[in-house]
Amino acid sequence: MITYATYFATACFGLGFLMNLWKIATAEGVGDRVLALDTMVINAIALMILYGLSRSTEIFFEAAMIIAMLGFVSTVAYARFMLRGNIIE
Amino acid sequence: MDQVLEILIAVFLVIGGVFGLVGSFGLIKLNDAMSRLHAPTKATTLGVGGVLIASMLHAYAHEGHLSWHELLITLFLFLTAPITANFIAKAHIHRHETPDSLPVAGEDLKWATHDIAPEKQKSDSAPTDRS
Repeated sequence: MITYATYFATACFGLGFLMNLWKIATAEGVGDRVLALDTMVINAIALMILYGLSRSTEIFFEAAMIIAMLGFVSTVAYARFMLRGNIIE
Repeated sequence: MDQVLEILIAVFLVIGGVFGLVGSFGLIKLNDAMSRLHAPTKATTLGVGGVLIASMLHAYAHEGHLSWHELLITLFLFLTAPITANFIAKAHIHRHETPDSLPVAGEDLKWATHDIAPEKQKSDSAPTDRS
């Protein structure tokens, strides 16, 4: 049962990942692209944790943590760049 | 006991998957930029939270003790999602809205990202070329 639930969740998040890629390709503004990229990072974290859950290893949690931090910092940097035109003044 | 735990893990996985899908679908479905902000920052974060809880319970079922890494990631995501949403909303207000096109900002005169307060404006009279 857990196996099928994992498949279902992986399919959901994978579909969401494709939707985000579609949104990045077709968005009309920069803000939408940044938002889609942020969502894609969150989906990537979920996929990584699901893979670690299906393989019963714990090594992916550290990777997911690092990706979460990198995603946050990159989104803040993008927003900063949209606002000011540069990141570190 | 094991059966109950298994059902619980499966339920959390399904709930998380559905929330993640709804969040990503809302990103392409909603047609206003500011309402589009809601779907990924709330629904997708909740979906990841569900998956992380399932992972915690899975570690408990297999190794007999809860692992706290997942809770750390959940906390981090739940803390950073509103901050990123705030940043993106601020960038959107600065790029696409003027003070006239926004609704009335309560008891302040203008929206906080657009202008500094009038009494502060008087006190530092040095002209700032960057607004």
